[in-house]
Amino acid sequence: MTGLDSFLVRALLAGVGVAIAAAPLGCFVVWRRMAYFGDATAQAAILGVALALAFSTSIFLGVLVVSLLMAIAVFGLTGRGYTMDTLLGVLSHCALAFGLVAASFLSGVRIDLMAYLFGDILAVGKNDLVVIWGGVGLVLLLMWWRWSALLTSTLNPDLAYAAGMDPRREQLILTVALAVVVAVAVKVIGALLIVALLIIPAATARPFSKTPEQMVLIATVIGGLSAAGGLQVAYRFDTPTGPTIVCLAAVFFAVSTVGSLIRGRAMN
Amino acid sequence: MSLVEIGNLGIRLGGNTVLNDVDMHVGSGEIITIVGPNGSGKTTLLRAIIGAIKPSMGWVKKSAGLRIGYVPQRLHIDETLPITVRRFLSLPRSVSDSVAQDALATAGVEDLGMQQMTGLSGGQFQRVLLARALLGRPQLLLLDEATQGLDQPGSAAFYRQIETVRQHIGCAVLMVSHELHVVMAASDRVICLNGHICCHGAPGQVATAPEYRALFGTGTQGALALYQHEHTHSHDHETTA
Repeated sequence: MTGLDSFLVRALLAGVGVAIAAAPLGCFVVWRRMAYFGDATAQAAILGVALALAFSTSIFLGVLVVSLLMAIAVFGLTGRGYTMDTLLGVLSHCALAFGLVAASFLSGVRIDLMAYLFGDILAVGKNDLVVIWGGVGLVLLLMWWRWSALLTSTLNPDLAYAAGMDPRREQLILTVALAVVVAVAVKVIGALLIVALLIIPAATARPFSKTPEQMVLIATVIGGLSAAGGLQVAYRFDTPTGPTIVCLAAVFFAVSTVGSLIRGRAMN
Repeated sequence: MSLVEIGNLGIRLGGNTVLNDVDMHVGSGEIITIVGPNGSGKTTLLRAIIGAIKPSMGWVKKSAGLRIGYVPQRLHIDETLPITVRRFLSLPRSVSDSVAQDALATAGVEDLGMQQMTGLSGGQFQRVLLARALLGRPQLLLLDEATQGLDQPGSAAFYRQIETVRQHIGCAVLMVSHELHVVMAASDRVICLNGHICCHGAPGQVATAPEYRALFGTGTQGALALYQHEHTHSHDHETTA
């Protein structure tokens, strides 16, 4: 296991792991127009980091709990007088603001907020890897187990009801999976850019996919390539890793969009 | 025995009473049509039957393990979701190619398997929805304005298909429609709904019921002329038109 002693190998495994879990979830975020929802969950992560440091528990646990609470609060409050849009706007920025204020009280601990806002993939240790891949495994298992029901509920909730499913439950499962991805990704890519890693690979895959499964597969490849490539580029040019990974994903997106535009024109 | 029993059903949505004191049942193999003006709670009633809306009062009882095929009024598939007709048919339960092909043929759209759902015309889309609803060998088929967006010959053909399908698999059909003349002729029973059940019975009885006339007025006289029970119609109304 000498490979794992290299911080670059650990970073690579962490980045690719998060990208793999983010791909199927990112597709659902795109299909269900949940981007803002993802933002709210991710921004709650900063509050989670502050609370975890204050209570000296693991960052992963703190982020997971706060993100879950945020996700469930949004889930429970939707359709009760506020539009989703307003609700998320209120909750996500409140969570971020409270998180930043709470962090400022932690004078005893030297906390580098940048590391949690933008990720610090090069500092991933062996224990982090266990937690990350545990989370990745859990999310993939959930996706695989609920795939058909999730997809049916996403197409149309009434079709799911008619088939004896409960689309509200499926939405809750997605919500939980999203909180888990946020919790494992906060160290790798940072709270502010998690949603980018969810959405950009999925959006890049869209023009080349004929079925939902193809889209997830292509998004996985693009996410994995972005993570691995971004890491190399960041190491070589000494740029911040999280943003570099997202930049590379953005390049893939641009190429895909231009490519599909040209192809569309050629067909007309 | 009944597939669905509804008793004293009341539904409030956003502070408005949409349905009130609805009692009805669906027996196996019968074709029931629900007619009623816009906003009369027809779609709400179907959604209560599939379990998408919880009753505020009363109950909806379904026979154990009831298989429902549901064709919604409109189904919007997001442009970002790529899905072929063939893949759509395998939701939620995967079906073999030959079964999928048969269902498409029954619905009259055998060549569409590899097309994207978002690229279909309105009529093709409805037929694919029908094909999918038939795959689970439903005991009850629920159609909510299933012919919306079809032209007249198209919707007539669609209802003939429904009739064939019923003979084929023996399912009950509960449908909502505006096209009274087409659907009423094929129905065993008609339920006239306007927040509550105004009147119900055989198509002939309903067409002559004063409650029905009050709702649909003279505007349906032309349509009803096509309908087999027209001779039972009192013609007093025409003079008022």
